[in-house]
Amino acid sequence: MATGMIQEIKKYAKPKSFPDSDTYKGISVEHVIRLSEQFEVPGKEIEIAALEAEIVPERYARNMKSYTLDDQVVLLKSTVSVVGLGGLGGGVTEILARSGVGTLLLMDGDSFEDHNLNRQFLSRQSLLLTSKAEAALQRVREINSSIAVRHFGTFLTKDNGADMIEGSDVAVDCLDSLHTRTILEKLTKSLNIPMVSAAVAGGSGHVTTIFPEDPGLKLIYGEQVDPSLKGAEASLGCLPQAVTLLSSLECSEVLKILLKKGNLARNKLIVVDLLDNTFDVLQLA
Amino acid sequence: MNASAKIQLKLYATLRKFLPDDCDELDIEPGSSVSDILKQLGIPDNEAKLIFIDGKKGAIDTILKGGERLGVFPPVGGG
Repeated sequence: MATGMIQEIKKYAKPKSFPDSDTYKGISVEHVIRLSEQFEVPGKEIEIAALEAEIVPERYARNMKSYTLDDQVVLLKSTVSVVGLGGLGGGVTEILARSGVGTLLLMDGDSFEDHNLNRQFLSRQSLLLTSKAEAALQRVREINSSIAVRHFGTFLTKDNGADMIEGSDVAVDCLDSLHTRTILEKLTKSLNIPMVSAAVAGGSGHVTTIFPEDPGLKLIYGEQVDPSLKGAEASLGCLPQAVTLLSSLECSEVLKILLKKGNLARNKLIVVDLLDNTFDVLQLA
Repeated sequence: MNASAKIQLKLYATLRKFLPDDCDELDIEPGSSVSDILKQLGIPDNEAKLIFIDGKKGAIDTILKGGERLGVFPPVGGG
């Protein structure tokens, strides 16, 4: 850590209180940015140093108590890859950036089309025909300039995938094709990376967490997935309320994996159907 | 011998259109397989990818005796 950084952080720390009146010391977004420029380090380094001195970066104040200071440090030191930046990926990127996951690897070779606007939070009319990966990078910078982003404007394949997701603590499957999901799963297993996978059709969907040693997607889709096989979404589309809910569930799993807290949906499938308000946790193995 | 039994049936996504009105108390022949029931309802076997019986993964040839909750999902991959 640069000499004097912690003194400067302490200088800017102000007494604050939570809504329940408990007090803490906080440092503002503005001061994190200023110190990041002064010491020429990413904002997350300032935030980690602050947290280690029991000073809460204000942007994470409402994470606190649910998370400890140490938990927030763990998140800032974590790396998550988001594979696919459509409906699921847009929601996942948004939540992980706001949660303060320190490094996001964002990948999608696609550009926005009109029919993405119903559900993909990264899409905007002004961004039609432009790169989803570029939009995701810009969005994260606008939400949380403290964290690091690497973006890849290419589709994941078995040949290029390892380079993109290597070094991740978790990979999030936000893809929209059955076959590509199986490619991602093979890569995560070979690189020993846990994966969280969700899929949506209409107002229903499911999410599961797969550790490298788990049977994984074959429990859902069978041993062999025909590359030409289309899922139910081909005829039902994807509704924004379903895809966004599933992206939240994916993030919940990712954050529990990173923080080693709570129960994971390993060998389980969380199944949601918004049409009749059912939410089941089903045993896959 | 009891000639009929009832199950609770839930069909997801594209399979929803096959759901009979009496899905909460669907009459079945005890000893029917999941496949028999799907056939009765006109659901092609290859669309019934994921089968759950009482919250646990089952198979197309699992035999039902009545009283079970049967859930069937087609392949879903959207995002």
